[in-house]
Amino acid sequence: MAEVTYLEALRQGMWEEMVRDERVFLLGEDIGAYGGAFKVTDGFLERFGANRVVDTPISEAAIVGAAAGAAHMGLRPVAEMQFIDFISCAYDILTNYVATARYRAGLATPIVVRGPSGGYVRGGPFHSQMPEAAFFHTPGLKLVAPATVRDAKGLIKAAIRDDDPVIFFEHKFLYRRIKEDLPEGEDLITPIGEARVAREGHDLTVVTWSAMVWKTLEAADQLEREDGVSVEVIDLRTLVPMDTDAVMRSLRKTNRILIAHEDTRTGGIAGEIAARINEEAFEWLDAPIRRVTAHDTPLPYAPTLEDYVLPQASDVVAAARWLLAY
Amino acid sequence: MTLAAGAPPIPAGLTHDDLRRIYYYLRLTRALETRLTNLYRQGKVIGGLYSSLGQEGESVASAFALERRDILSPLIRNLGSMLVKGARPVDVLRQYMAKAASPTAGREMNIHFNDLNLGYLGQISHLGDMVPVMAGIALSFRMRGEDRVGLVYVGDGATSTGTFHEGVNFAAVMRVPLVVMVEHNGYAYSTPTRRQAAVERLADKALAYGIPGITVDGNDVLAVYEVTKSAVERARSGGGVSLIEAVTYRRRGHAQHDDQRYQSPEEVARWETNDPVDRYLQRVTGAGWIGETDVAEIDAQVEVELDAAVADCEREPLPEPETALTGVFVRPATAPALWFRGLDG
Ligand SMILES: Cc1ncc(C[n+]2csc(CCOP(=O)(O)OP(=O)(O)O)c2C)c(N)n1
Ligand SMILES: [Mg+2]
Repeated sequence: MAEVTYLEALRQGMWEEMVRDERVFLLGEDIGAYGGAFKVTDGFLERFGANRVVDTPISEAAIVGAAAGAAHMGLRPVAEMQFIDFISCAYDILTNYVATARYRAGLATPIVVRGPSGGYVRGGPFHSQMPEAAFFHTPGLKLVAPATVRDAKGLIKAAIRDDDPVIFFEHKFLYRRIKEDLPEGEDLITPIGEARVAREGHDLTVVTWSAMVWKTLEAADQLEREDGVSVEVIDLRTLVPMDTDAVMRSLRKTNRILIAHEDTRTGGIAGEIAARINEEAFEWLDAPIRRVTAHDTPLPYAPTLEDYVLPQASDVVAAARWLLAY
Repeated sequence: MTLAAGAPPIPAGLTHDDLRRIYYYLRLTRALETRLTNLYRQGKVIGGLYSSLGQEGESVASAFALERRDILSPLIRNLGSMLVKGARPVDVLRQYMAKAASPTAGREMNIHFNDLNLGYLGQISHLGDMVPVMAGIALSFRMRGEDRVGLVYVGDGATSTGTFHEGVNFAAVMRVPLVVMVEHNGYAYSTPTRRQAAVERLADKALAYGIPGITVDGNDVLAVYEVTKSAVERARSGGGVSLIEAVTYRRRGHAQHDDQRYQSPEEVARWETNDPVDRYLQRVTGAGWIGETDVAEIDAQVEVELDAAVADCEREPLPEPETALTGVFVRPATAPALWFRGLDG
């Protein structure tokens, strides 16, 4: 066992897949000679060469489009967005071309588009986004958002092996903040489409993913300490396809459910989860389904503002208490 | 102030006073960035810090070629352009330090702010986006028959974006009064220009849009001024879009955190000897257009102004949290605070 960071786990996952499968290659801005803005691909150019670690011009649409073309020809591209905020520049290619390729034309497009996502880092409006909902609505794109070191590795490997296009949201707040012992030499895969019980409990379920998992666990600890209640935390890990069964299983146990995500509220993924619960498990609810999300504003830069707009552990505590008292 | 007798005439229609003002802005840009670097090291800058060291000449000179009524859109390294247009150092400090009194009330960082009355439109991070926006600003000038010109800055790296291409083409087809300043500073983050574009001269991109493209020594302040001035005049007189490639060099890393491992020390040293501020000073004092005392006075004035700006800014508070909710729309003016904030946790 060796203790590694979330960032190192991603590195290991990509590295192992490149060693295992010579069809896998990387492309993106500053990923080769510089090793990536966050150094996720440090050392890859030296090991795998310029043919498989491709530094590109600043052209997100071309990066994703070229990845799609190469994938049609049997390669397995992993495209980096320097910050996931810039994936919007490739929105057309992703939603119109990539997402429909299999359905309309039977084309294999096994690409991974990955990048640092999310806030809590004082990055301002264009280096903090969590644009999951923008792609959630488009059939044909798988969406993955690991919260743990183990899943960072297990899911990047699974994403690379997956036969469909995957958008992979790495949380930059977690890059160097969390560490975990990972087994060496073991082929660590986290299946796409399976949620995880991050904490067992019986009084209330919180469904969440990515960095919010950690805020929620903090809240759950506080609730146990101060209120003596036991909160079950479901880490979805994959947003498309979603493990709705895991949510329903937990709800049937706790009968109270909160959905917590970092993205803004309106049109956020929590709304879809709430609708599914309403349709499939209404009779199991002892309280309304509630959401903890960011406020409906762009994400501001100043610490006081960012902390206000984004959901915090204290918000999960407050919302949980409301639900438990209902 | 005494000027050398028999000094040669000042080029490009500039006056002694213009030359002093240009020097003031060059010095102000550099000194303000030095202050910011110190504040950054003290942990007082909240986000990243970007330096234009070695590129101030091109920013200041090109902006100086505009009239007050013209509008420019800067990039992250065009602090000098914004200062020429009247942006105040204290506001730049406030932006970096996320103060409530900053022009964006703490919402945006660094020089991402605007004042359309003074004549600058702040950029967003997404490279290239300002090109079509500035095409629209210039289009509005043309539609209303206003005697105004737009100037938009893009880096060598940003020329690879789709929005750059769409924006320049659109502007060229519409023959709007726009000048596109391509800052060829050798790198886009770590990527050297040869891996960004297959053309040798970025000015050659103009050919494909049917507009003139000209390359200028970006560290020669007076040359940049002259070239920009004639492109601006061309735009003003209905001649349409021009593209200028200013060849310069980014002597610092992409931002403070960048170790510049991809830039050889020899290369950086070579460009240090080609410093735009040094070259300008040699030229204008050598020709006797500005006296040594002028220079000393301006240097001192800049430091006094910055002392005051830093002191003012450091005292100021961060924004109040709830202010984050205002101004998403005109109506409603305030977004609702979410339900869980009303509860006691
Ligand atoms: C569309 C887009 N992709 C990626 C980035 C990340 N990024 C920020 S600055 C930069 C390099 C810019 O280089 P250049 O245009 O040459 O300007 P310079 O920094 O040299 O002034 C990159 C890749 C971005 N801001 N926008
Ligand atoms: Mg550049």
